[in-house]
Amino acid sequence: MFDFVARRSINSAHPIPQTAPAMIKTIVAEELPVGEKFEIHKNVIAGQPADGKRLCVVTGTHGDELEGQYVCFELARRLNANLSALSGSVEIYPALNPLGIDSLTRGFPTFDLDMNRIFPGEINGHLIENTAHKIIKDLAGATAVIDVHSSNIFLAEVMQVRVNIDSAAALVPFARLLNTDFIWVHEANTVLRSTLAHSLNSIGTKTLVVEMGIGMRITLDYGNRLVDGLFNLLAELGMWTGARPREISAPLLSTGGEVAYINADTSGVIIPAVEHSRRVRAGDELCRIVSPLEGKVLQNVRAPVDGFLFTLRTFPLVYEGSLIARIYSGQ
Amino acid sequence: MKREILFDLKSPYRHNFQIIGYRFGAGAPRAAIVGSLRGDEIQQQYICSQVVKNLAELERAGRLEPRGEILVIPTANHFSMNVSKRFWAMDNTDINRMFPGYDKGETTQRIAAALFDIVKNYPLGIQLSSFYLQGDLIPHIRVIDTGYQDLAQAREFGLPYVLLRAPTAFDTTLLNYSWQIFGTNAYSLYSGDTENINERTARQAWQAILRFLHRNELIRYETHDGYVSRVIKEEDFHHLTSRRGGMLRRRRFSGDYVNERELLAEIIDPYDGSTLDEIYAPARGEIFFSHQRPLVSQNTLVYRLVQYS
Repeated sequence: MFDFVARRSINSAHPIPQTAPAMIKTIVAEELPVGEKFEIHKNVIAGQPADGKRLCVVTGTHGDELEGQYVCFELARRLNANLSALSGSVEIYPALNPLGIDSLTRGFPTFDLDMNRIFPGEINGHLIENTAHKIIKDLAGATAVIDVHSSNIFLAEVMQVRVNIDSAAALVPFARLLNTDFIWVHEANTVLRSTLAHSLNSIGTKTLVVEMGIGMRITLDYGNRLVDGLFNLLAELGMWTGARPREISAPLLSTGGEVAYINADTSGVIIPAVEHSRRVRAGDELCRIVSPLEGKVLQNVRAPVDGFLFTLRTFPLVYEGSLIARIYSGQ
Repeated sequence: MKREILFDLKSPYRHNFQIIGYRFGAGAPRAAIVGSLRGDEIQQQYICSQVVKNLAELERAGRLEPRGEILVIPTANHFSMNVSKRFWAMDNTDINRMFPGYDKGETTQRIAAALFDIVKNYPLGIQLSSFYLQGDLIPHIRVIDTGYQDLAQAREFGLPYVLLRAPTAFDTTLLNYSWQIFGTNAYSLYSGDTENINERTARQAWQAILRFLHRNELIRYETHDGYVSRVIKEEDFHHLTSRRGGMLRRRRFSGDYVNERELLAEIIDPYDGSTLDEIYAPARGEIFFSHQRPLVSQNTLVYRLVQYS
């Protein structure tokens, strides 16, 4: 309601060094309190003709999710090796939360809320809320945005695309191109309305969320497959005339609540009994929850349905309620 | 007064996680008061402990009205408080972003579901809340604009302000929001402090709660009438953000009345002490919120000011 603020700004005697190379663009640059700038960079790889098409690959919203780091590297490497086959531009954002990645922190240091729960941002809030606003402005209007997440440190996830049911009709055809094992169309949830993907989709910028692997790790196989999927998408968008990946997987598609959640009934330590990303039958033991103090098995956790085990807990400690597994029971 | 274990969850190596409630009076549920849901909400738990203490004294003096039951839950997250974590220590999730909860979901969803099941049938709900940004706040009542709010009743606390806030998507998971959607007249009380006990603002808060219970004829507690609360909305604030990062030297604080063009704070170069920026009041008014940490980044909220013409 009022934007007059009578203030005077005085230049610092300590200029902050600028280090970004020419093709690296800075989309956010804000002073931190002591001698450092908070910067978010993107690598703009431009092909010919510059027809206005733009594929954006973003990752690193959560500082403990590192799978996207390899994807960004490999995507840029392959594009630079055959730049003449690219038209339009590919923009790579490897670290939307650079302070979190550099300090092994899932969230944005000094801020309590999950960074992927504050979109579309707020000009008059914390630095990171203001930053979220600028990220949306920078990505808006892209031909497509791929937001690459790992799981957290607790769960291993099969390579999948997650799509909110509200945008499923528009996004599932794109999701099929990405070479994943699974597409999970999930119900709209009010919290998920504050994610980067939902905020962009709600303004007409097609955004797909890829979830794969596990926190704090890089799974090369998933990374290579996703990069193949990105070239497949580029070709489909008419942005790539180079070789198209020969094998693109046909993902399972869950659209109607065929996902069973298995949560711990008690607290203790889990001893795994199965491996991730495989079919299980109802009654198969997934793990045991034990008491190391007493040497007792507290719960045998069994699959409630036949299906594909696409989420599996890898962190051993559980409380009652902790998620242990998700099984897709559709065909 | 009846002390009761309302929820019990086994832990791998710690004592069971329990939610303890204190019931006053008998009969139909009338008012529920919930304290800390986060491990750093020490002021909030302290205020609740004083409400319990005062209600116990009023009960002994025969000053509870026979109109139903008051339930006080001083904390639903002492596990985090004991290990100096704000959120649930195992997975860093926020119980106050899990409502109305899910009894077959993750641990904090189950805690939220259990708590909500206990308090959802009370027609009056009070939550002691903390602000997501660290700073000083004027004590106030916050009401989420769900279409069901009762602003006249919110003013019965007698605190300086009642803030009516339009919910964002993320706000819909708060206890206050679920309470209102399920039919409770829900009020979030912000006392101004969180990690430290401030006796002055804590007393103002627990006296406001007792005043509210008195005005709703649940107890007999004579006191002064408090403030004639001013109802404000988010758009009534001037937001003053930092144009530079550095050390913040505040000259004015929440609750201070300031004049237009008055110097509120300076941002200092942390190396040579020179002044990088100065923040002035854009209008005459009262400071509602002020950034508390000595360090401030660029483009960060430093003050919220309520304008008085």
